[in-house]
Amino acid sequence: MAIELTPILIPMLFMVLHLVIRKYRYIGIMAIAGSTILLASSILILVRVMKTGILTTVAGGWDAPFGISIVIDPMSALFLVISSLIVLAISVYALRFPEGKIYLPKFYFFFFTLIMGVNGAFITGDIFNLYVWFEVMLLSSFVLITLGFSKEQLKGGIKYMAINLIGSLLFLAGIGLFYGKTGTLNMAHLSEILMNDDQSLLINSSAMLFFLAFGIKAAIFPLYFWLPASYHTPDITVSSLFAGILTKVGIYAMIRFFTLFFVQDPLFWNEQLFIVAGFTMVMGGMAASAQYETRKILSYHIISQIGYMVFGLAIFTPLGIAGGIFFTLHNMIAKTNTFLVAGLINRMRGSFDLKEVGGLFKESPLLAVLFMIPALALAGIPPLSGFFAKVILIKAGFENGNYVITVIAILTGLLTLYSMIKIWNEAFLKSQPEAYKVKREKQAYTLGFADLFPAVLLATVTVLMGVFASDVFELTMKAAEYLMHPEIYIESVMGR
Amino acid sequence: MEILMAILVGILYTAGVYMLLRRSILKFIIGIIFLSNATNLLVFLSAGLIAGKPVFLGGEEGDSVAYADPLPQALVLTAVVIGLGIVVYLLAIKYRFFSETGSDDLDQLKPTESE
Repeated sequence: MAIELTPILIPMLFMVLHLVIRKYRYIGIMAIAGSTILLASSILILVRVMKTGILTTVAGGWDAPFGISIVIDPMSALFLVISSLIVLAISVYALRFPEGKIYLPKFYFFFFTLIMGVNGAFITGDIFNLYVWFEVMLLSSFVLITLGFSKEQLKGGIKYMAINLIGSLLFLAGIGLFYGKTGTLNMAHLSEILMNDDQSLLINSSAMLFFLAFGIKAAIFPLYFWLPASYHTPDITVSSLFAGILTKVGIYAMIRFFTLFFVQDPLFWNEQLFIVAGFTMVMGGMAASAQYETRKILSYHIISQIGYMVFGLAIFTPLGIAGGIFFTLHNMIAKTNTFLVAGLINRMRGSFDLKEVGGLFKESPLLAVLFMIPALALAGIPPLSGFFAKVILIKAGFENGNYVITVIAILTGLLTLYSMIKIWNEAFLKSQPEAYKVKREKQAYTLGFADLFPAVLLATVTVLMGVFASDVFELTMKAAEYLMHPEIYIESVMGR
Repeated sequence: MEILMAILVGILYTAGVYMLLRRSILKFIIGIIFLSNATNLLVFLSAGLIAGKPVFLGGEEGDSVAYADPLPQALVLTAVVIGLGIVVYLLAIKYRFFSETGSDDLDQLKPTESE
């Protein structure tokens, strides 16, 4: 009973602790301890889920479908582990938060609130509860994105808020209509009802609302404009956290909903998902190559990678979904890591603009290696994690006969490689531009433990995911098989 | 009654979208209030309106029209509280924005994309 709730309870405990204990000396240690415990419990959950199948519990003692179910299937467990890993990395990285004494306590408080919302969204088995966790996550992300209140942040923050609020209102409207049609909110019960029902036309209207809502969160093709307009405004610690976790919660919800509920009209949905996936990949990739600011290149690049995740879902074979999940897990780690390294470049050079930085290869070869690992993983160079993720996706695409979109996916890899090589050439290989040397002298900065540890940790995981790719693939394959057979999910929740 | 409520929801959505598209931040906040109330009404309405009946079953079971469904009311209650929190936060941001820029105009935000 107890372990299923730990992903929510641990962040909640540390949230309260950060409210009570405000001594600057302790808060960092407390946050790192909290995220380590969270990681340990997530790994424990993953081991248990892989051994015994889906873990379920109900809140408040009401049996499903009346109480709020907590359901952890292999996909939730995998997402929990990877997001806790990112949480650990960020909690160390945040020790160098600018003007730490003023903002660090607030940062950690909302950091743990955000994690609580994210983990809640991963493990809930009730659609209204999912909406509530989305709101918890959104409200804390609003605070984090405007923390510091610079003019720039207010600009980005208002755009971010506007579009995300509309997204959650659409989500709520979808839930209302869905409840009106089916009379239940429990995911397993809903899935059971929809399986024995052929009114796909009525269901498609709420499916469309959900698609738009999750599409806004995940930043897919026609709905992504808020992301590059806001992700470069907050402090890089906050950007890396958002880049690694937030959009992927949208992808998680999309995979969950489109495997569990909206399976009656697969032709309509798969076609649409393919088109959206293709446009998302290409538009994001092209916009990324046009930018000269590291954070903007990386932000547009998030969008491009989201396309691959939707592509995996759209193929809709066990292999395709396994590839999509593998890709998402790899991307969460590698993407956060590139943002962290971009932050380190900024700390050493005082700028995010590629025209103003350079010569870092000579000065810090370790940093160069730390950038190269996630960058090559994102571009899909063997033997790193991204290569295997892409191979699985491409194999699934060809096997399923989706030739056009698969070729697009392969070609988009070149755009990724181009934008990564651009950062590499500009920041590491070329020498420091003369005009900006003065700025650099003033900013003499040596990288310390808090700077390097998170990047080293995530780079190690990227390499390990490549080396042990077959084991990771087995895990994701198991997750995909559970997703393709909703009966197992329904049985374990409804207790039959 | 359902028809009237449906029309009201439609009007609220229209007004909300119109307000969102204005330049003033205050109007944007009012737009969000309209939209969230429209959505709350929609959730309430979609479960069916049953007037003059208690929320819980008195004695006879099985007759679904004999009582009003309590769940949408609970959902709307939660959504209203969340909406209130969001509006308060938006107002705080608006205040902060005003003291930073001395203006209520969203066009002051324009150059984020190309800066």
